[in-house]
Amino acid sequence: MTKQGIIKYIEIADKTVSINGKSDFTGEDEQFGPFAKSIYKNYDIKYSKYFKMDNLCKLGFLASEILLKDIDLSEYKPEEVSLILANASSSLSNDNKYQNTIKEQASPAVFVYTLANIVIGEICIRNNFKGESTFFIQKEFDTDFMANYVNTILQTTKAKVCITGWVEVDIDNNYKAFLCLVKRDNDSLLLTKDNLNKIY
Amino acid sequence: MVYIESHNIITSLGWNTSQNMENILNEVSGVKACNDKSLSDDVFPVSKIDNNILAEKLSDIVNPSDYTRLEQLAIISIKDSLQTSKIDIKDSRTLLILSTTKGNIDHLDEDNADKFPADRLKLWKVAEVIAEYYNMSTKPQIVSNACISGVAAMVLAKRMIDAGTYDNAVVVGVDVLSKFVVSGFQSFKSLSSIPCRPFDKNRDGLSLGEGVASVILTNNAELISGDKIEIVNGSMTNDANHISGPSRTAEGLYLAIQNTLKDGDTVDFISAHGTATPYNDDMESVAVSRAGLQNVPVNSLKGYLGHTLGAAGVIETIISIEALKRNMLIKTLGFKDFGVVEQITISDKTESKQLKTLLKLASGFGGSNVAAYFKKHD
Repeated sequence: MTKQGIIKYIEIADKTVSINGKSDFTGEDEQFGPFAKSIYKNYDIKYSKYFKMDNLCKLGFLASEILLKDIDLSEYKPEEVSLILANASSSLSNDNKYQNTIKEQASPAVFVYTLANIVIGEICIRNNFKGESTFFIQKEFDTDFMANYVNTILQTTKAKVCITGWVEVDIDNNYKAFLCLVKRDNDSLLLTKDNLNKIY
Repeated sequence: MVYIESHNIITSLGWNTSQNMENILNEVSGVKACNDKSLSDDVFPVSKIDNNILAEKLSDIVNPSDYTRLEQLAIISIKDSLQTSKIDIKDSRTLLILSTTKGNIDHLDEDNADKFPADRLKLWKVAEVIAEYYNMSTKPQIVSNACISGVAAMVLAKRMIDAGTYDNAVVVGVDVLSKFVVSGFQSFKSLSSIPCRPFDKNRDGLSLGEGVASVILTNNAELISGDKIEIVNGSMTNDANHISGPSRTAEGLYLAIQNTLKDGDTVDFISAHGTATPYNDDMESVAVSRAGLQNVPVNSLKGYLGHTLGAAGVIETIISIEALKRNMLIKTLGFKDFGVVEQITISDKTESKQLKTLLKLASGFGGSNVAAYFKKHD
């Protein structure tokens, strides 16, 4: 069996972006909306589809942009890049927004984001990733399961690279993103429950 | 190897697999005009579970008022599956996987909001409630991946059993109708005004449905009497194309099929997603044709039960497995005139045929696709 290594990880939480455990950017605003805008500006991201996204997709998208910055995945085929994500609240923040549109005029532009896995779709569209992908709902980031499942994916399917982690926006727009880039046949920082617990 | 041991389906067509199967083989549709103001101001065709029968079935549950309608249905379904099962649901080697798109979303509505604690809107809580009801000793997993969730949950179960983490899995797929979901599909203009017509040239949208299905998987072949149905392989992929529209080249679904079938695998029939929206069915015809499966009979079961979202993949897989066991091809109800972009073979009558293998497909919002391959061992 091959060994899988975490080659980079990033976190967005408490108005701070951290890369490999080191603080890289701190925003001024506690609120998700303005903080997300400041990340977009600070990392000089240019992507017009971003402005249509709901908060969960914005968070996951920004986290993926920072994770993949200066990373070259061009040696991999689209179907070799996998995305396995999880959160606790699914799309509840946007569900709540949609529920409030029903009384007047149900909004298709809001309804389309009432599924947590849309964030996987957005990241795949941006990067042309077509590999194994699944969205899980967990009470807390289940490091035991995620390490086990991502190792299984990288050992038994076509996937050679996996972006995995936690992308959560709750009904009150409290947020946290944690993403790792994991590669097959790599022993930098082994993908294990204990290592995930150390860096999460 | 991982096998299907036991299962249950609850829909408008019945409260167990055999009732559903009997109605489907008799070409009965559960999709009927519905005038329920709590779902929509308009009359619209839908497949709905009968609340009067549900009320009778509640005597099967301890303290039924402690559970939402969705949870009641999941608990009743698992109970029926366990009745013909030899696995121990409380065992530390048994995993529960819940597949749902929206869970208790009907409780987000202010009319329902105070009936249960707010955390019941969380899908992990729904799974926890079900697992606690059955005194399970393992932590459940929840797959919420739009309309591929049900098939994806079964593929996940197979992978976790193969990885040696568990010996058995109980997969339950469930979604109920709500104003939230109905208004959303209406706003998308994707509902047909008559029962849906998959792969037909006049198809103009989907019919919604509600349902629950549970299936028990095990690596212990000795638990199974008669024909053994194996889940051989499966794959979940992404189109990387559009968040709500299917890919014109069917890239994701084609890749899912390619990943799932190995050289030499034969396919006796395909149970498609077949929602009867113009784009979905065209896309599936492209994927099937690109995979060289254009001569394999394809059916969609949406004309019988509507689109039951997170339950659909589990319900349709169970019905297709029963079809495999009984050597019956099931016709695509609602289909009359061929009308998809690639020339594929649509099952248009229910008939006997020797069958050994089955390919199940599904696609959903977010560009998600899944394929799963099943084989019958004598």
